[in-house]
Amino acid sequence: MRIAVVMKLVPDVVEELVLSEDGKRLERGDIALKANEFDEQALEQALLLKESSGAELTVIAAETGDVDEMLYTALAKGADRALKLVGDGLQDGIWNAQYAGILVDVIADVGADAVLTGVQANDDLDGQLATWLAAGLGWSFATVVSGVEAAGESLIAKKEFAGGLTANLRLPLPAVLGIQASPEPPRYAPISRVRQIMKTQSLEEREVTAPAGSITVLSLRPPEKTGGAEMIEGDVQAKAARIAEVLAQQGI
Amino acid sequence: MKKVLAFIDVVDGQPGEIGYELLDFARQAAPEAELVAVGAGPQAALEGLAGADRALWTVADGYRPDLVGEVLTAAIVAEQPDLVLVGSTAVGMDAGTYAAAKSGYASIAYVRSLEPLDGSLAAQSVILGGKMVARVAVPDRTVLQVLAGAGSAERGRVPGRPAQVGTLAEPAAKASFEGFGRPEAQDVDITRHDVLVSVGRGIGDASNIELAEELAEALGGVVSSSRPVVDAGWLPKARQVGKSGNKVKPKVYLALGISGAPEHLEGMRDAACIIAVNTDPAAPIFEVAHYGVVDDVLDFIPALTESLRVRQG
Ligand SMILES: Cc1cc2nc3c(=O)[nH]c(=O)nc-3n(C[C@H](O)[C@H](O)[C@H](O)COP(=O)(O)OP(=O)(O)OC[C@H]3O[C@@H](n4cnc5c(N)ncnc54)[C@H](O)[C@@H]3O)c2cc1C
Repeated sequence: MRIAVVMKLVPDVVEELVLSEDGKRLERGDIALKANEFDEQALEQALLLKESSGAELTVIAAETGDVDEMLYTALAKGADRALKLVGDGLQDGIWNAQYAGILVDVIADVGADAVLTGVQANDDLDGQLATWLAAGLGWSFATVVSGVEAAGESLIAKKEFAGGLTANLRLPLPAVLGIQASPEPPRYAPISRVRQIMKTQSLEEREVTAPAGSITVLSLRPPEKTGGAEMIEGDVQAKAARIAEVLAQQGI
Repeated sequence: MKKVLAFIDVVDGQPGEIGYELLDFARQAAPEAELVAVGAGPQAALEGLAGADRALWTVADGYRPDLVGEVLTAAIVAEQPDLVLVGSTAVGMDAGTYAAAKSGYASIAYVRSLEPLDGSLAAQSVILGGKMVARVAVPDRTVLQVLAGAGSAERGRVPGRPAQVGTLAEPAAKASFEGFGRPEAQDVDITRHDVLVSVGRGIGDASNIELAEELAEALGGVVSSSRPVVDAGWLPKARQVGKSGNKVKPKVYLALGISGAPEHLEGMRDAACIIAVNTDPAAPIFEVAHYGVVDDVLDFIPALTESLRVRQG
């Protein structure tokens, strides 16, 4: 089996989110970007599949920011190849429909018969990448997957619903999976190992052209305050004492 | 707006709440439009959908992602609706964007409301972990993935079946269904407790869960959590609150180091009293909380446990 893991950078929402002058998007140069956490889960799931069934694993990311470290880290964790997609306009960020449009050819060239990516990302306003890709490729698929096993010409995927209910699905290859969680937490690649990989291995590059996006954002802004919480001030002891009082008022 | 399709989630033979919510959402957004319910499942799941003018139904059992995607695609192709609504759920995630891509419709996700815009509509989408709301123009022929809670299930559920029910032939599916897995018996049922001490990724490490356990004990409650804490293996799945976990409604919900992503809020926003503690004053959890504390949970939790012990003598 040849697995492609598609990753993308997303705004790190713990850091400050700076809006562009026109108020329609984030100022990409002024915000922190990080690997989509669900893509990290997809990578871990793919590494587990590689270990259990000897798959070959290619990690792919469009250069919508500095993706080198993310790709080298994937190599350090055990991916066989890392492919960086470069081209005009990518640095401003792309919508998932555009990303999928680019990826259809790339995935064919990589010869992948399974694509794993995160179930969602915090900025996928035009819908999720896995299903854009499944429709574009015409492959079988499942989203919200939290466990995958290789079974000959198929994958057995565990899909999650609400309340702990799951479905076991047999997906004939080729297949696209939107991964919610890997059975194991993402492994850690020591910095020293990533540095070493940077010296001994290189990223493959491929020029791509993104198709036009179809989303028109009119404005982007923090949610309006809807009353919100009564904020408790003071040092930590004072705050704790006030919350203890609140709890007592609640009859706790 | 002439016609709206609403996709009805059916899992294990049971229609989800979201289907009724979408029917209500559609009526609020486009009262004049014809409303068509679409779905795949047993006939019995049509009960309660009388709020729709019509239904287009595929009789199917089990669950296959491409089947729901193809059913919605076929319905869109046959009906050419102006607007299609699917839930932001595990089923909607299989059906929505896939059907949009297949039928050449636009796709907009995480929609919480619609507003008029020059004779057309604009969607408000909650993105970036709940920290931003995007207003997005809704072109004619769009599939919207609508967040849970955007419509009212109570208003949307109307006894009886739609006046007219058409059948959609079961489309070919590549996936095959091999059975449902049910959650295992739980050591603690977090839906039955009045006080939940809920920890998120901000708790930092498995070893710090103990601090929350001590606090829960002082309060006579139990520890619950956000999803990443469960995925990291720090707490069992039964303790998870949210979209893919449990829906809870305790008297008091302490959200400790939880950012307040929409998938988490879905499971706890109806708690009577929500107390949030987070180092980030802009964390979306403070929007739904009744009381907020900006502080490090690792300092705050022991301080609160101590305060409670002092009060209790
Ligand atoms: C289909 C689907 C289903 C999902 N289902 C669920 C679900 O059921 N339940 C669920 O919870 N999530 C669910 N999620 C995941 C959800 O999108 C979020 O990723 C998740 O809720 C985030 O959890 P968190 O708040 O603990 O972590 P984060 O979002 O990382 O937030 C951690 C917070 O802790 C704060 N913090 C950090 N350090 C400290 C400190 N020392 N003291 C105080 N605060 C600190 C940070 O400021 C931040 O606000 C689902 C996602 C998908 C796609």
